[in-house]
Amino acid sequence: MTRYSLRRRLVRFSAAHFGVLFFVLAAFTVVFILPLLSLFSQAFTNDAGVWAGLANYKRYFSSPALSVSVWNTVHISLLTTLFSTTLGFFYAYAVTRTAIPGKKIFTYAALLPIFIPTVVQALGLVYIFGRQGIITQLGFDISLYGRNGIVIAETIYTFPSAFLLFYTAFQFVDGRLYEVCNVMGVKPLKCFFHVTLPEMKYAIVNAVFVCFTLAFTDFGAPKVIGGNYNVLATDVYKQVAGQFNMSMGAVVGTLLLIPAVLSFIVGRFISTHNSGAMSAKTTALTIKENRLRDMLYFILCAAVSASFLFLVAALCVGAFTAFYPYDMSFTLKYFTFTESRGGLQAFFNSISMSALTAFFGTVFVFLAAYMIEKTDGYGLLTKYGKLLSLLPLAVPGMVIGISYIFFFNSPANPLNFIYGTVAILVLSNIVHYFSVPYLTAAGAFKKLDKEFEIVAESMKIPRWQTFFRVSIPLSANAVAEVAMYLFVNSMVTVSALVFLFSADFKIAAVAITHMEEAGENSQAAAMSILIIIVNIIVRALYELVIKFNKHKQSARESM
Amino acid sequence: MENLYRLGIAGILIMVLILLDCGDNSSKKQMAPSITVYTALESELVTEYLKSFTKHHPDINVRIIRESTGIITARLLAEKGNPQADVVWGTAASSMLILDEQGLLEPYAPKGLEQILPQFKSEKPVPTWVGMTAWETAFVVNTVEIAKLGISASDIKGYEDLLRPQLRGQVTMPNPNSSGTGLLTVAGVLQLRGRDGEAGWEYLTRLHDNIKQYTHSGSKPARMAGSGECVVGVSFGYAGISQKQKGAPVEIVFPAEGSGWDLEANALIRKPGISSSAKIFLDWAISDDAMNSYRVSYPIITNGKGGNYEGFDGDPIKQLIPNDLGWIAGNRESILEKWVSKFDGKTESR
Repeated sequence: MTRYSLRRRLVRFSAAHFGVLFFVLAAFTVVFILPLLSLFSQAFTNDAGVWAGLANYKRYFSSPALSVSVWNTVHISLLTTLFSTTLGFFYAYAVTRTAIPGKKIFTYAALLPIFIPTVVQALGLVYIFGRQGIITQLGFDISLYGRNGIVIAETIYTFPSAFLLFYTAFQFVDGRLYEVCNVMGVKPLKCFFHVTLPEMKYAIVNAVFVCFTLAFTDFGAPKVIGGNYNVLATDVYKQVAGQFNMSMGAVVGTLLLIPAVLSFIVGRFISTHNSGAMSAKTTALTIKENRLRDMLYFILCAAVSASFLFLVAALCVGAFTAFYPYDMSFTLKYFTFTESRGGLQAFFNSISMSALTAFFGTVFVFLAAYMIEKTDGYGLLTKYGKLLSLLPLAVPGMVIGISYIFFFNSPANPLNFIYGTVAILVLSNIVHYFSVPYLTAAGAFKKLDKEFEIVAESMKIPRWQTFFRVSIPLSANAVAEVAMYLFVNSMVTVSALVFLFSADFKIAAVAITHMEEAGENSQAAAMSILIIIVNIIVRALYELVIKFNKHKQSARESM
Repeated sequence: MENLYRLGIAGILIMVLILLDCGDNSSKKQMAPSITVYTALESELVTEYLKSFTKHHPDINVRIIRESTGIITARLLAEKGNPQADVVWGTAASSMLILDEQGLLEPYAPKGLEQILPQFKSEKPVPTWVGMTAWETAFVVNTVEIAKLGISASDIKGYEDLLRPQLRGQVTMPNPNSSGTGLLTVAGVLQLRGRDGEAGWEYLTRLHDNIKQYTHSGSKPARMAGSGECVVGVSFGYAGISQKQKGAPVEIVFPAEGSGWDLEANALIRKPGISSSAKIFLDWAISDDAMNSYRVSYPIITNGKGGNYEGFDGDPIKQLIPNDLGWIAGNRESILEKWVSKFDGKTESR
């Protein structure tokens, strides 16, 4: 940063504010950028640790068997994005814009996949579409292992994210626009193309990038049902845990960052003016009656949510039958878990780890979002902060896990003491799942009226008091949402933690991977049912908080 | 507002308590001598085997990290600068060769070393690693599904039988790039067919036509055969037998020509302040008592006094081909690269 811009910045806001912003960014750099650099620097060195420039990349791209993974990954990510954003769009449209019955149930059903580890989603697909699967037995063989399986699994995996983005966006579209359409006699289809689509532009761009990046970097589904179809994420695994070639692993790891960097650049062009905010004059939409439309959308919603429920039901079949499909008698034996995997304690460990992640993660996310979003001016610092907030989305967990070993296990690192404790698990989870909560928090802050701060400033109320007394209470729903998101994801994530968990603190999702690898699908299904139950309870708690807030708000308004 | 603050403070207190609790667990245990053991043995076996160790050494606290061979090896390599493990137990000899080459292993001759057959320990004067059990290529055949194809499980006797046209797209085997079992099978086939010539590769190419999927885990093909996801799984003996014990309709076939194999081996990690408990553990790990518990699930234990094994008539050690672990380690990279360019690049889904 030049001295000039630094001086200008210091004039604009207080030293304390600058200090906190600096601290937040520095902390994030230490727990995210430095570990990544310690791994990625190996992409440019040879086996002996000597600088090799781009030699590793040359070798990677000159091997056709390896570089074909790049195109495979792009291919499945594009297909996934297409399916998942289209489905998510119309599903969200159905529960916000039509008069179908059971909207609440459909909304909850859409979120089911985020409660289940991806390895287990893939397992569920095997129960349904595998060679002995329920559907395959009926005569429909979709040849699950390979591209088809990956695309189905990734679509299920990314659907909730797409749905949530559209669901929120639809709620903010001004109902008056449609009244105008109505009054002017514009045909519904024309209205859709000229009002709905433009209004949803930003949500669509966001959903496309989120789905693409998630599918691009996911490892669980390709590992279980990828068959011979190689993608970048499984290549990292093969390089690191098969050939023990950290340099090549790092090369592939850097390639995985490309979509996030692209989306940051594109995002800078598009989101300069934000349309998400609700003005005071916005009116809610009145839904017109249309039998045919409702019927079509009802079928869509029913089909999608039925297939998710089917997935969970298939897991239950796996967990409660003695030996699917050859011995279908009922059993509870799979709910006793092997001691060396941590037994049932692993499940409780997961709960406390997720609670810690939810708590500290929420604090950090809101602090970071407030400091970055509520800082006026477009200094380098806030730009850097915005890039930092997006990057974690693109870094596969495995890359975070290994880079944490390199960085935190080094005896020279003053933070070395957290290695092998629950703290490093919590830290890696917060970093891994930072991006989406950040967007939620930033969105919540953007909707707050700037006038609060102007008033507070003119009354000489310190910034931190405004933060705690105004900004946070007004964003209570977003706080609950972020905490829930972090909790639920920490319960199901595996890829980073596989390298970091300690002998004293084993966790359930890692145990599930071991069970799947050892072929104990039924135990894996049993453990994931426990995880699903906890996640549903947490989700229900979140709904209660939202309801409570609504009550309080309406009570306040009626005063 | 006040409520919100109280809630926040209560939340912080609870979190600190949880953190303290998590930290506390480990500090309490560390009062007793404690060693960290990395292992790639199957979880259920770890629990079983450790019973014998705790019986003899109740004062030593063993902290286990269990992961697949690949992850354990990668973790050990990544932690090289500041090793966390004291002992590696029951992890592939092919991994041990890599760890040894990187200077991670401390030579140590555990008590009873002389009982271990020479082909089952490192060749150094003071060995850096010592084998405990061996595992070997086995075909796991689903009897129900193979009958549907018009052949019977007893028709599958050797490697050639996997090339039968009826089995097109029905065979699963582990990918040698991510699975130790895959590597030992490929290396076994190559060694059986004249090592450096093309005969082994020709066989693998023909086998490729019948392959449904290359898996990332060595036991998975056995599991897939067990649940009928494939008809024949190329896997290892124990994986197949445990499927059978669980009720899967499978037969385990050991190829008539002989099986490629690898060892589960133990080693001491080189680090400052090596604990005497680690050496006690390594002594126990090849003691008669430990070997007796290995024997239940592994027919081939490295002192040659193996158990009876389904599918074997007579001495199971005879099933093992003369295996040159040094050759495998030396040619590992070129074998894997050739394999990748021949088979891994063909990525169309089947």
